[in-house]
Amino acid sequence: MATESQIINSAPSEESIIKIANMHKWYGDFHVLKDINLDVKKGERIVICGPSGSGKSTMIRCINRLEEHQKGTIDVNGIELTNDLKNIEKVRAEVGMVFQHFNLFPHLTIVENLTLGPIWVRKTPKKEAEELAMHYLEIVHIPEQAQKYPGQISGGQQQRVAIARSLCMKPEIMLFDEPTSALDPEMIKEVLDVMIELAEGGMTMLVVTHEMGFAKTVAHRVVFMDFGEIVETNEPYAFFDNPEHERTQLFLSQIL
Amino acid sequence: MTEAKVTAESSEVLKPPISHAGIIGWARLNLFNGWFNSTLTILILVAALQLIPPFVNWAFIDSVWNTTGAECQQVKGACWSVIPANFRLVIFGFYPAESQWRPLLAMIMLVGLLLYSKNRNNWGKRLLYIWLFSLFIMGVLMRGGLFGLQPVESAKWSGLPLTLILSFFGMLAAYPLGVVLALGRRSNLTGIRSLCVVYIEMIRGVPLISLLFMSSIMFPLFLPKDLNIDKILRAQVAIILFTAAYIAEVVRGGLQAIDRGQYEAAESIGLNYYQTMRLVILPQALKIVIPPSVGILISAFKDTSLVVIIALYDLLNTSKSALSNPEWMGSSSEVYIFVALIYFLFCYLMSSYSRRLEAELEYKSTE
Ligand SMILES: Nc1ncnc2c1ncn2[C@@H]1O[C@H](COP(=O)(O)OP(=O)(O)O)[C@@H](O)[C@H]1O
Ligand SMILES: [Mg+2]
Repeated sequence: MATESQIINSAPSEESIIKIANMHKWYGDFHVLKDINLDVKKGERIVICGPSGSGKSTMIRCINRLEEHQKGTIDVNGIELTNDLKNIEKVRAEVGMVFQHFNLFPHLTIVENLTLGPIWVRKTPKKEAEELAMHYLEIVHIPEQAQKYPGQISGGQQQRVAIARSLCMKPEIMLFDEPTSALDPEMIKEVLDVMIELAEGGMTMLVVTHEMGFAKTVAHRVVFMDFGEIVETNEPYAFFDNPEHERTQLFLSQIL
Repeated sequence: MTEAKVTAESSEVLKPPISHAGIIGWARLNLFNGWFNSTLTILILVAALQLIPPFVNWAFIDSVWNTTGAECQQVKGACWSVIPANFRLVIFGFYPAESQWRPLLAMIMLVGLLLYSKNRNNWGKRLLYIWLFSLFIMGVLMRGGLFGLQPVESAKWSGLPLTLILSFFGMLAAYPLGVVLALGRRSNLTGIRSLCVVYIEMIRGVPLISLLFMSSIMFPLFLPKDLNIDKILRAQVAIILFTAAYIAEVVRGGLQAIDRGQYEAAESIGLNYYQTMRLVILPQALKIVIPPSVGILISAFKDTSLVVIIALYDLLNTSKSALSNPEWMGSSSEVYIFVALIYFLFCYLMSSYSRRLEAELEYKSTE
């Protein structure tokens, strides 16, 4: 019953694309991630929520190796994440990431922001890369801003450019770390809309967000984290309406 | 109705209040606002009246421009004649007189190319080749021995060409070296990091003069007897090593100002370390540090005059030797003013260019 009310029904495939097993991470002596186990299917969309400081960012940053884990295994599309630089480069090219503060390159125009990866990492010829960039700017609905600098466009537009920049690398997986929490309320929708369209296209997505509407619309599963642990995983309606754990109930009562 | 009227009125162009307009308004606002500023203004005016007229008298009214040194003894004002009479010695030093057109041509090429390179539209591969070719030609001009030019050993290079060589190559090599040191100091690899820290702190802990001494006196002691490294080259290396350490610290400051998110974004689209630095981090960091870097380059330019102490004849030292001629001994002020003007000209060009570059690189930002 729960899944039927989702706007997007595309079911994930049976094949796992991310396998995190018994993963631990420490910052110095601080045990920030504790025994994380998560299997993500190809085409699956997961929303991660939890109190601030619970390790959500750290966990998804481990998936493209912006952070190193110290114990357990992470396997992304058949590539095991180790200290091997070759693997890290491969994984980064396959995993796109969108940040809370956009992190566009302020000294480059929008189109240059988009073509940087294709030209230097994929060795795409400049002209082709620009066509690719324009294609994705249309997908995020701002082709007319191509020649501007990041400082000249609104936050919502910047975040959509950041999404397009990741898409230009044609990733298999997209990670979003609170993509709308630095935005003014009137701009949140335009970014979420782009993300919903992306979901409709069948992209595998891990999204850290507290936007419950988005979670209900898009997510196959919601993961709740607290104190560095995955406390509860459930389908979105079940998760929001009948949370099992006390900590989840407490958290939901605070954000609702 | 009323609302419409209000809008019309408020959008009318307003003139500034009277007291802010015109010379009197400006003076009142900027020179005489409050007793402190007024007192200061008056003091400066009095001092200027005391100092400027005598100087103008000395420099322009009582001065002579074209006399012998002996005639100058009788003159109350400035004896500018010392400049034309010693011009070649001051500018070209001991470079053979009949070949002095060669350093002249080389200097014209250098300054011309620098001016041409000011325009960023000219930057590109082509400009690089022009530079490489011109540097080769300049080298041939200075050194001779090719194309039927009479060889001139570097011991005779002196005056303005020497100052320009030491400072131009000093800056050219010190900047990239400084950037590498700055990156090294922020490296995750402990070995590289400590090496850079030790280097930077050691160099910054000693005066340039001692480095020059070491390069000219101590360094040769460690070399085989028959290996004779050019004295200018040794001074050049000392200047480069010295300047690079200061550039490194300035660049490090710029690197620190770049948000961690920029590194993460660059890495997350798959750029490797060198690409991240070259394409994302350094363009932003170096732009931030244009003003302090130019400050360092300007002082490096002036510091080349310290090569006096290892008996190289740069611009300042050739002017001293002009003054050691008994005929012109009394005219040191005039010569030093002339040399100061040359230094000022170059430094001024550098700082005005840095301001322009900074403005050009300013991203259009609405934030
Ligand atoms: N670089 C770091 N060094 C030390 N501690 C960190 C670092 N980054 C994050 N932490 C700590 O790890 C915990 C989890 O952080 P984070 O993953 O950012 O949480 P969340 O994204 O859920 O708010 C927090 O307590 C935070 O203070
Ligand atoms: Mg976070």
